[in-house]
Amino acid sequence: MSNKDPILELRGVSKSFGAVQALYQVDFHVAPGQVMALVGDNGAGKSTLIKCIAGIHPIDEGEILFDGEPVSIHGPKDAGKLGVEVVYQDLALCDNLDVVQNMFLGREETSSLRALEETTMEKRASDTLASLSVTTIRSVRQTVAGLSGGQRQSVAVAKAVMWNSKVVILDEPTAALGVAQTRQVLDLVKRLGDQGLAVVLISHNLHDIFEVAHTITVLRLGQNVAEFKTGDVTQTQVVEAITAGALSKVPGHVQAEVTA
Amino acid sequence: MSGTTAPVETSDAAPVGVPAGAEGESLSAYARRWWAGVRAGELGSLPIIIGLVLIAVVFQSQNDRFLTAGNFVNLIVQMAAITVLGMGIVFVLLLGEIDLSIGFVSGVAGVTTALLMIPDGSTQLGAGPAIALALAAGAGIGLLQGLIITKVGVPSFVVTLAGLLAWNGVVLLLIGDKGTVIIQNAFVIGFANDFLPDATAWIVLVAGIALYAGLQLNGFRSRRAAGLPAEPMSLIALRIAGLAAAGIIVVAVANQDRGIPYVFLVITALYILWTYVLNRTRFGRHIYAVGGNAEAARRAGINVDNVRIACFAICSLMAALGGIILASRLRSIDTNSGGGDLLLNSIAAAVIGGTSLFGGRGHIKSAVLGALVIASITNGLGLLGLSAGTRFVITGLVLLAAVSVDSLTRRGRASAGRA
Repeated sequence: MSNKDPILELRGVSKSFGAVQALYQVDFHVAPGQVMALVGDNGAGKSTLIKCIAGIHPIDEGEILFDGEPVSIHGPKDAGKLGVEVVYQDLALCDNLDVVQNMFLGREETSSLRALEETTMEKRASDTLASLSVTTIRSVRQTVAGLSGGQRQSVAVAKAVMWNSKVVILDEPTAALGVAQTRQVLDLVKRLGDQGLAVVLISHNLHDIFEVAHTITVLRLGQNVAEFKTGDVTQTQVVEAITAGALSKVPGHVQAEVTA
Repeated sequence: MSGTTAPVETSDAAPVGVPAGAEGESLSAYARRWWAGVRAGELGSLPIIIGLVLIAVVFQSQNDRFLTAGNFVNLIVQMAAITVLGMGIVFVLLLGEIDLSIGFVSGVAGVTTALLMIPDGSTQLGAGPAIALALAAGAGIGLLQGLIITKVGVPSFVVTLAGLLAWNGVVLLLIGDKGTVIIQNAFVIGFANDFLPDATAWIVLVAGIALYAGLQLNGFRSRRAAGLPAEPMSLIALRIAGLAAAGIIVVAVANQDRGIPYVFLVITALYILWTYVLNRTRFGRHIYAVGGNAEAARRAGINVDNVRIACFAICSLMAALGGIILASRLRSIDTNSGGGDLLLNSIAAAVIGGTSLFGGRGHIKSAVLGALVIASITNGLGLLGLSAGTRFVITGLVLLAAVSVDSLTRRGRASAGRA
């Protein structure tokens, strides 16, 4: 799948917050059907990178290419229009609403008389969950409060996928889940890739990453230190890169202050 | 491509959301599921209906005038103002906010309406313009309070507590030295004191049932067409029959006495309107979302501030309408307009009916059922000749009981994973 052209590509992206250089000359790319893991220690710049892609932080330098074309992303709406959806760690679901209502929140379909098209929405939500083979949710009309962590994650992912998205970014999707729930979510991540979506997976769990990811990008102190294919390396090599990867460019002392 | 991707194991599993046999699910299966829900704490309106039956039995056993046609019509008129104010407060409670000013906002509207129509006054207006101005004043007050709450960031409790004092003052200032103003306009008085002709009441009822049946069948058909699980036909028929039976009883009983008061039509229309807004429109969905998780609503692109301001405006608008209805029923306004236990009864009505004070849970029907409970108690104790003191104590205990039932069932729901 790495023979495909990347759908999303970042070239030489830099971002600083005052004196703190959060990203320095970072290159990053992900292709359709590819699951790209993004790893690094705390403060390595993973969150900053996805926030730049999602349009929450504007980039200082470098360029973002979407489908080979340079684009400028000035806000979450721009990212959404391009087909980039982010599933944040705190899932942003409303506990008192049901699965369908959550999946369409803010983008409800209405008919004449401004009435909600409940039937259409329920059908589309069911179809989306079915296409992702999410079988553990008994009814799409139950409130999200009654769902387990894995089911909630599935709903959040389905919500992101439903809008013809091309790139789905998952921020630590398994961080708070038990063994069986983690299994559900990892299967879901694999299926997203199999369906031709570009998936960016942020995780601290190398075991999970080796199971579902095709390639791994390692960030350290705001810089690229390595990019691996998961078949070519061992977990030990990845850990070495995370903790002691060679910094090719040393922009200055301020750089070492990047923490947490 | 590294080739570490394991084969996909579960891609051929059954689709979600369509329980086996959903197409032909029987009424008994539905009843069983409902009962399972009740046992897990999804009581819905069940406790309050049991409570109403208890109230009726107790008062009827003490005084056989409680369940008479005349008292039934009285009850409708007595509960009208609390119901309308309660419907408004539901919007604010759904956000997890509170509005303490509605009592005196209703007073301001009632006084405004009456003063604009004094026959010898220099500003004498017809009923239409006077009511429109009073309602606009109410909406304006809500808008102002909503803007302060959202844009300045003062908690709604404080803003509306200030409103409670300030609008009480405005009522006194408006009335000045007039003391009591008698309303003479026949249209305004007619709201709460005139009754539908018998035949008209029946025609309205039949039209209402036909509309409800049409909507139910339409919903059934569109779900079937989309291949989604639909409720069994027998349940829909049962529901339509239930509404028809309730409507026939109400109209038949009321017609034995003076008939259906016009204010009953107003309440029914408001009930349909606001239920539609809350359950069937994007705006209503966003109210629930903001009350459930404001941050999630914001990330979903909902303008949270606008939703909040609109809810406070609706609440005050409904309070103004309730004030006009109250003035109509009393045929006059005075310096006590909007005071007394009106505010607390209205909030209690919404809460007794099952609206959560913490936001995200509640319906318009909560206000109607809760107001029916409160008005029944007031009415029944009045028939028994008991004092206001006894009435307050009993209303307080009922409120406590209703919220306790809600808290206990919430615990049940949480342990059953339904929250």
